[in-house]
Amino acid sequence: MNKTANFASLLQITPFALVMLLLVIVPLGIIFVVSFFDYGYAQIIPSIIWDNYTDIFFSRVTLDLYITAFKHVAIVWAITAVLGFFIAYYVIFLVQTNFWKAIFLMACAIPFWTSGAIRMVSWVPLLGREGLVNQALVGLGIIKEPISWLLYSDFSVLLSYVNLLTLAMLGPIANSMAKIDQSLIQAARDQGATEWQTIREIILPLAKPGIAIGSIFVITGVMGDFFIVKKMSGSQINTPAGSIMNMITALEYPPAAAQSVIMLIVVLGIVAAILRVVDVRKELTQ
Amino acid sequence: MSRRRRSTSFYVLSFIFLLFVLFLYGPMFCVYLLSFQGPTGGMSFPMRGFSLTWYQTLFEGGRGVGDLGNAFWRSMRLCVIVAVLSSLIAVAAGLAYRRRFFGSNAVFYTAIMSMVVPGIFVGFGIALALSLFGIKSDWWYSGVGAQLTWSLPFGLLIMFIVLGRFNPAYEEAATDLGATPRQRFLYVILPIILPGVIGITMAGFTSSYDESARSALNMGTGNTMPMELTALLGAATTPAMFAVGTLTTLFMFTLVIGTLLIIGRIARRRQVRLNAATA
Repeated sequence: MNKTANFASLLQITPFALVMLLLVIVPLGIIFVVSFFDYGYAQIIPSIIWDNYTDIFFSRVTLDLYITAFKHVAIVWAITAVLGFFIAYYVIFLVQTNFWKAIFLMACAIPFWTSGAIRMVSWVPLLGREGLVNQALVGLGIIKEPISWLLYSDFSVLLSYVNLLTLAMLGPIANSMAKIDQSLIQAARDQGATEWQTIREIILPLAKPGIAIGSIFVITGVMGDFFIVKKMSGSQINTPAGSIMNMITALEYPPAAAQSVIMLIVVLGIVAAILRVVDVRKELTQ
Repeated sequence: MSRRRRSTSFYVLSFIFLLFVLFLYGPMFCVYLLSFQGPTGGMSFPMRGFSLTWYQTLFEGGRGVGDLGNAFWRSMRLCVIVAVLSSLIAVAAGLAYRRRFFGSNAVFYTAIMSMVVPGIFVGFGIALALSLFGIKSDWWYSGVGAQLTWSLPFGLLIMFIVLGRFNPAYEEAATDLGATPRQRFLYVILPIILPGVIGITMAGFTSSYDESARSALNMGTGNTMPMELTALLGAATTPAMFAVGTLTTLFMFTLVIGTLLIIGRIARRRQVRLNAATA
């Protein structure tokens, strides 16, 4: 019985495992291999060289790209974590009925049913030179000339990241908070804990797994992005992911692969560090 | 129930939540409103009258709408295939995880890795693999495959949640009553996990619709909707883009609400039956 059961499981997992092997493991392995290859015009030459890596390590440009990316990650992570935590706290603990909790969370998700590309253009009527924000500020007499840095700047890139990624933080945190036993909160209150003490001593520690998972989504989202940063900065700001994309479009596969390997090590390193704090498997499956 | 007095924090956080919702919806409402811009109006306010000009441009294939019609249908075919495949494969995989099997941890962590690795690397890796083996990419295999690397792990996680709540007593009862494995699956397991299966299908469909980081390099000739929209974005100077945004949002809205209603209906019918059985 046990043997046939195990066989059934293996049969059921086979299609899934095949997709993961052929479309995730093998391709990532090939990136690694190709990163050592030489290249000519639009072709790959299979001979082991170190140049792709030495080019990266001895270039000031790479360092600058990573500094830009880390700056974005730090700012976006801090804002989405605080915003996500307090909004999740509000919806889970302060909104009264389950019906309204569901409606409020749903309300946060609906804007994401619009295509990402359209959501990028949607900032133009708000933040552009003739946009609503500038019209309002000029109309109120706060500024004389329209501000130009609202769109196609560092500001608009960060604004767009926060706009898109807060939900990725909020969702997992709300999920963790929803599992907290209400009697714990009640007990704290009966012992005379203030609301702030309850948040800091009970809710924050129990919401940590959610914060960890949200952080993974936000950090990998910002690090891996080449589209938002390009569109929202008007192609003025470049990031490691953006430069990889440029090399791919220029058909320079081996250096793009070497850059990808570095980036994968950085990203997976951060993820691994976060996973040491929390048991994802337990958190995701319960 | 007597109402607890609302604390100050409730009002402060309500205000913050309101601002957050405005932040999310503000740009979207601009899109919806400006899609009805008059014929002489542009991509910013003020509205120069209301009209359906830009919708007309869209359907008659005017300036600045590229090949959106074909891109939309290509995307729809892709979405359906990805949705069906992800529900079939993820349900099977989820069922496998009810028992320990050889390599279960390896597969699980690969799935997690596939979710957290930024999409371009998966897409780039697949493109490299294809070019090394001299295979030309096309939407119906490499495009579909690239998207499965995201929708399958997601589907598996949904299955974990669904099966975590599954009471094995039902299945044991069916076995005791002499059900064959096939009957057990069709008449016991499937009806219980059906809302989850619909959820996976829906998640596969919606994620496929807006996905391009993984699949863009593996689509072969012809763009999907997000690729076509991105290409049009640079040259967008008329509110026609806003008309596309409004229509596609409406389409997604109908689809998701419809699915939720179906799931809700199944749950309600089940509750009625359970109540009748225990009464």
